[in-house]
Amino acid sequence: MPGIPLDIPVDWRVYVGMDATGRREMRHDPVCGMTVSDEALRLDDYPDLGFCSEHCRRAFAADPFAYFTSSDGGLHVEGDAGGPPAGGLLLGGSTDSIHLAVQGMTCASCVSTIERALSDVPGVVDARVNLATEEATVELTPGATDIDQLVAAVTAAGYRAHPATDGGDGDAEQEGRQRLFRTLIHKFWFAAVVSLPVIYFSYPEIFPGVPEKGSVALNVIWGAMAVLTLAVLAWSGSQFFTGAWTALRHRSANMNTLIALGTSAAWLYSAVALVYPGFFPEERLRDVFFDVAAVVTALVVLGAALEIRARARTSEALKKLIGLQARTARVIRDGTEIEIPVENVVMDDVVVVRPGEKIPVDGVVLSGASAVDESMVTGESIPVEKAEGSPVIGATINKTGSFRFRATRVGRDTMLAQIIRMVRDAQGSKAPIQRTVDKVAGYFVPAVIIVAVLTFMVWFTFGPSPTLLYAVITAVTVLVIACPCALGLATPTSLMVGIGKGAEHGILVKSGDALETAHRIDTVVLDKTGTVTRGEPELTDVAAFGRFTEEDVLFLAASAEVGSEHPLGEAIVAGARTRGVDVADSDEFEAIPGHGIVARVGGRRVVLGNLKCLADQGIPAGSAEGVMERLADEGKTAMVLGIDGELGGVIAVADTVKPDSVLAIRRLHDLGLHVFMITGDNPRTAEAIAAQVGIDRVFAEVLPEDKANQVKALQAEGRVVAMVGDGINDAPALAQADVGMAMGTGTDVAMESGDITLVKGSLSGIATAIELSRATIRNVRQNLVGAFGYNTLGIPIAAGLLYPFVGVLLSPMLAGAAMAFSSVTVVSNANRLRRWSPMAPPAGPANPTPIAAAQDTPERQGVTA
Amino acid sequence: MTVLIVDLIGAAVIALIVWYFWLSKTQGIVAAATSAGIQEIRVAVRGGYSPDTIQVAAGRPVRLVFNRQEADPCSERVVFDAFGVSAELPEGEDVPVEFTPAQPGEYEFACQMGMLRGRIVAT
Repeated sequence: MPGIPLDIPVDWRVYVGMDATGRREMRHDPVCGMTVSDEALRLDDYPDLGFCSEHCRRAFAADPFAYFTSSDGGLHVEGDAGGPPAGGLLLGGSTDSIHLAVQGMTCASCVSTIERALSDVPGVVDARVNLATEEATVELTPGATDIDQLVAAVTAAGYRAHPATDGGDGDAEQEGRQRLFRTLIHKFWFAAVVSLPVIYFSYPEIFPGVPEKGSVALNVIWGAMAVLTLAVLAWSGSQFFTGAWTALRHRSANMNTLIALGTSAAWLYSAVALVYPGFFPEERLRDVFFDVAAVVTALVVLGAALEIRARARTSEALKKLIGLQARTARVIRDGTEIEIPVENVVMDDVVVVRPGEKIPVDGVVLSGASAVDESMVTGESIPVEKAEGSPVIGATINKTGSFRFRATRVGRDTMLAQIIRMVRDAQGSKAPIQRTVDKVAGYFVPAVIIVAVLTFMVWFTFGPSPTLLYAVITAVTVLVIACPCALGLATPTSLMVGIGKGAEHGILVKSGDALETAHRIDTVVLDKTGTVTRGEPELTDVAAFGRFTEEDVLFLAASAEVGSEHPLGEAIVAGARTRGVDVADSDEFEAIPGHGIVARVGGRRVVLGNLKCLADQGIPAGSAEGVMERLADEGKTAMVLGIDGELGGVIAVADTVKPDSVLAIRRLHDLGLHVFMITGDNPRTAEAIAAQVGIDRVFAEVLPEDKANQVKALQAEGRVVAMVGDGINDAPALAQADVGMAMGTGTDVAMESGDITLVKGSLSGIATAIELSRATIRNVRQNLVGAFGYNTLGIPIAAGLLYPFVGVLLSPMLAGAAMAFSSVTVVSNANRLRRWSPMAPPAGPANPTPIAAAQDTPERQGVTA
Repeated sequence: MTVLIVDLIGAAVIALIVWYFWLSKTQGIVAAATSAGIQEIRVAVRGGYSPDTIQVAAGRPVRLVFNRQEADPCSERVVFDAFGVSAELPEGEDVPVEFTPAQPGEYEFACQMGMLRGRIVAT
C-alpha cells in the first residue's frame, strides 16, 4: 500500500497534537475522531496516526485519502464527509435529499462502510451517516435513482435500512429526547417494582409477616434484595455511575456524582452488614437499607424523565417558529407555473400565491392585491393590505386575493430564518444574573461532598449511639438532597421561555444580557422620524382664499407638482389622489431651489412655495401669513399657492404621528418610565409632535453624531436608558444605550446595533418588551430563590442540624424525592411564563386631544380665511 | 481511638477533594493549526468535554468541532460566554464553533447549566 504522495495537499496535523507539556503526543483516530493514546494501533505507512480499533484501521487502510483534509483547512471525518457543517448552508437547488433510517451499526467504521456503499449508487452526490441518530442523509440528482436502490445498497453492505418517516433536523433532536425519555421511564419502572418488596422486607418491626430479624429466612430474603438492588443500581442507575465517572475524569462533579455516591454508600453499608455482621460490634448496626438505594434511584430517574419532558416545552416557541416555514412554493419557470420545495426558490423567482396559502419567501409584490396575516412574524393581529410594490414576508399567510411577487430574500436570508437564528442565539446566551450562579455551581458539588464527609465525622464523633449508622444515614441524605440541577436550570430555562415568548409577540431579544437589562430601564428615548412618526410626509391641511375652493387649491397644487420627485411634492400628489381629486398634467415646470416651484396647469400660472417665493412673483400674502404661522407652530411644513397672480390658498404637509404612538407612550408612562424624544428637527416641529403624543422632554436640533452623546449624558444622570430608533444615524445611540431597540421596519444597520428588534415597527413593542423583561426576570428570581433556598435549607436539615433541637432526622428516601422534584419545580415555574401575554393597551376613547388634530382630514379641518 | 482514625481519614478525604477538584489543573491539549491558519481541534461531548482544556495561541482564530455523543439534554448546547457565541449540538453531528481569543488568558466554555465545563488557555 503506497504512502501519501507529497503533492497531495494533506493536513493531518488535525489528528496529531501535543499535550501542554509538549512531551506527549495526542492523537485522534482519523476515522472516528476518538482521542487515542500513544499505544494505539498504527499503520506502518502512516507512523503519525493512531487508530482506536482494528475496524477503524482497516477502514483507513482501504481508502486513506478519504480521511485527509484538503489544504483549505476543511475537516474531513466521518459523519461530516466534507459536506456543509450542521445547521449550515442550504444546498443549491440542484439536488434532492433523502433520509434513511439505518439499523445494525455498531461503530464508526460501519458509518464509513455505509457512506461508501451509498456514494457508489449512481446519481448520489453525497451521503452522510449519523451514528447517534441512526440516520443516513443522501443528496442525489433528482430522478437519477430511487429509494429502493439506496436501501438495496445498504442491505448489500450488511445493514438494514428503510426510508425515514420524517427527517427534519429538529425531529432528530426530538427523537433523541423521546428515546431518552422512554429509556428513563423503563428504568424507573424497574426500580419502582423492585422498591416495593425491598421496602416491605426492610422493616420487620413495622410490616406483619416479615420473618424476624436475625432469622435465617430474613437473611436469605435480604440477600436476594441485595442482588435485586444491585441490578437497579447497575441498570436503572447506570447513567449516574457513568456520568459520575466521566465527570470525575474531567475533574468535575455533578448531580450524577452525588447520587452515585449516595446510593452506592447505602448499598455497600447494607451489604457489609449482611455479609460480615461481625464487622459491626453492635447488633443494632446490622440493619440494612437497600430500600434507600432502590427508592432514591427510582425517584431521581423519574425526576430526570419528567425534567426532559418539561424542558422540551421550554423550546417550544423556537419549534413553532421553525414550523412556520412554508414547505413548497409555486414559481414561474420557463413560462409555466411549477411547485418546488421552498429551498429551491432562488432570488428573483416570480412566486405565485393563492388565497389561504403561505407566502414561501420574502419579496415584493409584482401584481395582484390581497390582505396578508403577518401576525406570526410581527405580532400584529390585523391583516395588512398588499398591492403592487408592497413587501411581503415569508411564512405569513395570504388571506383574500391572489398575487405574484418577486423573491428578494431566500433561504438563510429570509426574515423568518434571521428571526430563528436570532432567537436561537439569544436563548443560548447568558444573563449577567447567571454568572454568579455559575461561579457557585462550579464549587457546589465538591462542597456538598465535603459537607457530607463533615456530617459523617460529626455524627461519628459526637452523635448518639449507634454512631456509625447515624453517620452513614446522614451523610447519604446530604448527598442525595443537594440539587445542583435546580440551580443550574433556574436561569437558562426562564430565559429560553422568555425569549421565545418575545418572538411570538414580534419582539426579538438578541441576548440574555439585553433581556435582563431591559427590566431596569427607567428612561426611554425615542427617535422622532420613523419611530414616533411615520417618517414620510403626508398632506395634512388645505386652506382656500378668495374665490377659490379647497378643491381648486388641491387640484392646482397637485397638478403643478405631478412631475416632482421631491418628497413634499409627492405627498401633495398622493394626498390629492386619496381625497379623490383628479390630477392633471402641467407644463413649463420650473423649480426655484429652496423656495418653491412655478408651473402652468391648464392655462393657469401656478406658484407654490414659501412666502418669499410668493413675494418674488409679486403676489401679496395677505391673511395667508397668519395661517402659515399657525401651521408651523403645529410642526407642519406649510406652502402658499399663487394662482394667476392672486393668493389661492395654503397647503401643509407634515410627518404624521403613527396611529398607535399615543397609546404606546401612555403604556410606557403606566410602567413608570420617563419618555424622551430626540430629533434633528427644529424645536418648534419637535415640540408640536411631543405635545401630540405626550412626551416628557424633547431634545431638538441634535446632530446625528450627537445622539449617542445625548444618551451618554442621560446615563451620567444615573438613568438606565433605552434608545429606540430605526435609521443608520441612530446606530451609535442604539449601541450606547443600555438597551437599544431597533424598529424592524428600519434599516439593517439599526437592527444590528440594537439589542432588541421590534419587528412590527410600532412603539407598543417597547412596553411589551419591558413588560416581558420584568416578567422573565421575576421568574428567574423566583427560580433562584427556590433553588438556593431549597439547597440552603435542605442540606443542613439532611445533615441533622434539627436533631439536637427537635429530634428530627430526614429520611434519605424523602431527600431523594425532594431532590428529584426540585428541578422539575424549577422547570415548571419557567414554563409558567409561557402563559405570559402583554398587558392590554389602555382603552381608546379617553384620548381626546392631540392625535385627532393631526389626523383629521383637511376636508373637515379646512382653514378658510 | 477509632473516632480519631475515622476523623483523620475524613479530613484527608476533604483535603483530597479540595485538591482534586479545585487546586489541581489539567494541562490540556494543544490545538493544531491547519494550513489555513485556524487552530482546530475536535471535542467529543459525553458527560464532559474531551479534551476539556485546550491550549491555543492568542490572536489567531480557533475552531472547535464539537460532536455530542449522548441524548442527555444537559449537553445540548455549548456556550462561550466570553466570546458571545453558543451552538446547539445535535446528537452525533459535527458542529464547528469559531472564535478568536484576542488576549492571552483563560476562557471558560460550558453547557447552558454550567455543569460541563471546559477551558481555552490562550497564550
